[in-house]
Amino acid sequence: MTQKLRPEDMSREEKQPLVHLDNADLMPLPFPLDGPAKDHTWAQLSLQAKEKYECILDDTCAVNVPQPKSPEEERELVGRFLAGLDKLFTRENNWTFLQPLVLSMEHCARCQTCAAACHIYEASGNAELYRPTYRSEVMRRLYFKYAKHGGLLSAWQHGDIHLNWPLVARLIELSYRCNLCRRCAQTCPIGADNGLVAHELRKLFSQEMGIAPKELHDKGSMLQLEVGSSTGMNPIVVKDNIAFIDDDTTERTGVEVETPWDVEGAEVLLIHNAGEIMAWPENPGAFALVLNAAGIPWTLSSDLAAYDAINYGLWYDDVQLARVAIKHAEAAKKLKVKKIVVGECGHAHKALAVIADRILTGDLNIPRESSMTLLRDIVMSDRLRLDPSRNDFPVTLHDPCNLVRLMGVVEPQREIVQKICPQFREMEPHGVDNYCCGGGSGFAIMSGNNFQDWRFHVAGRKKLQQILTAFSDCLGPETPKYVCAPCSNCKGQIRDMLAYYGLWDKHRILYGGLVELIVNAMVDVRPGYIQWEWH
Amino acid sequence: MTAMVYGVILASILVFVIGSVARAIRYARQPIHLRWELYPVPHADPRRVQHGGSYFEDVDWWTRPKEFNLLGELRFMVPEMLFMKGLWDFNRAMWVRSFPFHFGLYLAIGTVKLLVLVLLLDILAPGLLAGTVGLAVHWVYTITGIAGVILAILGAILLLIRRLTHEDLKTCTTPGDILNLSWFVVAFGCLLMGFLLRAPDSPGAVAMLRAILFFDSSVRIPGLLVVGLILSALLAAYIPFTHMSHFIAKYFTYHAIRWDDRSLRPGDRIEKKLAEYLTYRPTWSARHVGADGAKTWAEVVTRNPAEARKK
Repeated sequence: MTQKLRPEDMSREEKQPLVHLDNADLMPLPFPLDGPAKDHTWAQLSLQAKEKYECILDDTCAVNVPQPKSPEEERELVGRFLAGLDKLFTRENNWTFLQPLVLSMEHCARCQTCAAACHIYEASGNAELYRPTYRSEVMRRLYFKYAKHGGLLSAWQHGDIHLNWPLVARLIELSYRCNLCRRCAQTCPIGADNGLVAHELRKLFSQEMGIAPKELHDKGSMLQLEVGSSTGMNPIVVKDNIAFIDDDTTERTGVEVETPWDVEGAEVLLIHNAGEIMAWPENPGAFALVLNAAGIPWTLSSDLAAYDAINYGLWYDDVQLARVAIKHAEAAKKLKVKKIVVGECGHAHKALAVIADRILTGDLNIPRESSMTLLRDIVMSDRLRLDPSRNDFPVTLHDPCNLVRLMGVVEPQREIVQKICPQFREMEPHGVDNYCCGGGSGFAIMSGNNFQDWRFHVAGRKKLQQILTAFSDCLGPETPKYVCAPCSNCKGQIRDMLAYYGLWDKHRILYGGLVELIVNAMVDVRPGYIQWEWH
Repeated sequence: MTAMVYGVILASILVFVIGSVARAIRYARQPIHLRWELYPVPHADPRRVQHGGSYFEDVDWWTRPKEFNLLGELRFMVPEMLFMKGLWDFNRAMWVRSFPFHFGLYLAIGTVKLLVLVLLLDILAPGLLAGTVGLAVHWVYTITGIAGVILAILGAILLLIRRLTHEDLKTCTTPGDILNLSWFVVAFGCLLMGFLLRAPDSPGAVAMLRAILFFDSSVRIPGLLVVGLILSALLAAYIPFTHMSHFIAKYFTYHAIRWDDRSLRPGDRIEKKLAEYLTYRPTWSARHVGADGAKTWAEVVTRNPAEARKK
């Protein structure tokens, strides 16, 4: 049921969630998931989680903040939050985003235009808690009261808020109920950015309080900086795995594939999301085959972090973001490559090509480009012999937000699928108006407690609706269908949702990357690179 | 008393100007942030703007000339500034209320500017605006002034009703919001009624403006108009200190954030500024950051916290 919360409800002392969602409350889905009864029942948060962690926001718990043991500890945590809030608004600590943050704090007209653009708000059945401005409004009141030291007049003008530990605990969780897709910001008449507010809150919690989901920090950026990849692969393991992928690709395609490592002076340093190597080996295999066939001098790097394009700092921590981006650039500098090309990973595109553009100065400023454009040039220049009839099945294209709305790489991937997929159909809306897959900002790799239930029912619901609508004319199991998602995290989220709702089993909706479609159409390759089996 | 009224009006306008400039300077002096653009960026190559593409769509994009299509920006900015196209596209129900309000303000501000121009011409070239031309100009500012004030009042009332009655807006409406809109209604209401109900021998708008600017207390401005002028002037002075100064913010949110797709070029101004920022000394407290107020940003981000974890 939709509950009209107010910002001040975040301070409620009782250790109870502010909202509870049922399937009947959610945005309806089309056939075959039409009707709440056809949806899954939500898994409940375990009693242990409720007793151990601060799970007082909604039906789930993403961050697992331990409950303070005493009022003193609560006060200390609130004090640390306040210290972080101050730092967020100083140039020495937050030169990286100070200007956009201050503008968003000081100029929201609260017109709620952004709400209609938010897939989470819409999918939740317009639950007030997930309204894009709800989180921002809490933050804005804290800003005027504590960072600007506003008095009664300020409270009267901007609204008051009571700061206590329950509010901070809820705000930690609430900063992880936004995909940071910034679709809301795109519609704001003034240019305020609620996605940025969620991003900055995450930074405050991480950089000041050391609080972040373990999937992003301990098992994410820290593991990457420690062993080289968030997958846990060190350079020896990754080389072994790639060698295996080369063998497998050679066997499947009949084309000899060998991945070059650490080639000095190569034109291209390709950096994959290492998750591809572990979960979708056909993707790095296809890249190797295509680049070799196109005659491009390329290499992978086995330096620390340089064989894994992920950069989770993008979602929660500027310092970690900069550290990983620097590792990527240092590897390219060492190999004296002409450019870095980012594989099929949306957030890695944005992190390395866009955001890090103002981190990588001097000789670290090595040109960086998208694999979408490189692949487009290869396909459109007819360097490969392609037979579109090999891809004669319904294909739709998911637009990763980081690649499209936030980087402007829209057409290259379309030109490819339009050329090699005769039954290509767009999702609506698409391009820069796309909807997030629901896995954005780290959610795709976050499955603690029952978080994935929230991720499927709420965050991913709009994308699911789009996929089902795009294939509404061919939903029968006799027609295999392909959701092309040129991004690892999006692919993970779409995989998980299709499995959760049984859409492969019952309706033969498969998912995969873009480069696999290219290899599948290559005349010089054995037919059937795309294997119609669940993986 | 009259001089004091004039003083309040002129001082309020001065506060508005100083407050607005100070706010703009405060934003302009903030550091160049990490890139955070949103596509489409209208100054991109026109072939790309249509689908929201960027120069990143080209292979070896850094070898190509920089794209900056001023016409593309204007094509976006003019409908946005004049007709609030964004709100029209994304929130039609709000546009119906907000557009008359803002367009009314534009007309009212335009009227004041026109009056200043007429007064200047009257001083510098007496007789230039005599006869038919003068009459035409008189009717122009009379019509734009009245229409502007009426539209602004209508819009403010509609916005106020929406704020107080619509479920989505009620929850985050503050007393300040109600005051702001009410202030417009009352101030402009007084102006309108004061003008419409003025005595036949009351001074004209140009004469009143001359009196205010030159502290001429011999001109008798009708009481209700005086109240309207003072309330409007105080409102103008108040605006730069509220979120209503978004006419300043919007320049930065669009040009410095949403559309700032400048790539870093060796030795350019951005790189020099970044070199300065990297000498800042952050004090973030989380252990993995490793900031202590002594290390610079450059030192912090080139340190690998996992090395310490390994040991």
